[in-house]
Amino acid sequence: MNIDWLNFTPWSSLAGGLLIGLAAGLFVVANGRIAGVSGLIGSLLQRGAEGIGEKALFLLGLLVAPLLWGVFTHLPALEFQSGAAGLIIAGLLVGIGTRYGSGCTSGHGVCGLSRLSPRSMVATACFMFSGFATVLVLRHWLGV
Amino acid sequence: MLKLTAFMAGLLFGFGLLLSGMTNPSKVLAFLDLAGAWDPSLALVMLGAIGTAILPLTWARQRRYSLLGRPMQLPAKRELDRRLIGGALVFGIGWGIAGICPGPAVAILLTGHWQAIVFTLAMLAGMMLFTALEKRRGL
Repeated sequence: MNIDWLNFTPWSSLAGGLLIGLAAGLFVVANGRIAGVSGLIGSLLQRGAEGIGEKALFLLGLLVAPLLWGVFTHLPALEFQSGAAGLIIAGLLVGIGTRYGSGCTSGHGVCGLSRLSPRSMVATACFMFSGFATVLVLRHWLGV
Repeated sequence: MLKLTAFMAGLLFGFGLLLSGMTNPSKVLAFLDLAGAWDPSLALVMLGAIGTAILPLTWARQRRYSLLGRPMQLPAKRELDRRLIGGALVFGIGWGIAGICPGPAVAILLTGHWQAIVFTLAMLAGMMLFTALEKRRGL
């Protein structure tokens, strides 16, 4: 294994993770809800979901975070590696997969592992595995 | 108050994603690229997030109501079924193609990159397709 020390950001990533953990903690302690982004979006897309106001406000906070961040300091650089077709395929798979799998990196990965849920451990292992495998196949076998 | 804490939690979540570097798809893909120049940062994000969230979530598991008096809504399902495993595998493929998952997708939507908008629209379409298929199954 070849670690990219130049781009490795241990401290800011650890600190960012701490904020994510605090956010998930606040949402469950105050609102009694799991901070799982795909679940929150998915339930807003369904008619007659409960707690629409709270769910929408969590997502609104997430949505405006970069705008508020940008008032004080530069936004971190974003580099995309896919064209329009790749983004559409990826988006569709992420949308369908997270709904069938009842969660994503936040719901299963952060909240689920934190409450020691066996379902979330299995789901996280599965999406990590297929994420690693997809990059291996696309980058190193197909050279895309 | 519930609305305020919901908004603050979302905002804090977004700040955490931005600070951690996980809003950058290239950085996420560099974590998923074990055979290339591997950037372990995402593992530290998870470590920081789980290390912090484990305390409030352990507390929540023992409570029936939140501090603001709302019922605790923790998932009750326990089966490890095909939908869970298949869905997570499909999600991982999409994640590995673009390096974007639902949290960062929302957090970068208003940063002026067309890629974020295209990805999120496709993701919403995928979620609506799920809802439509589920509805048909139920009929």
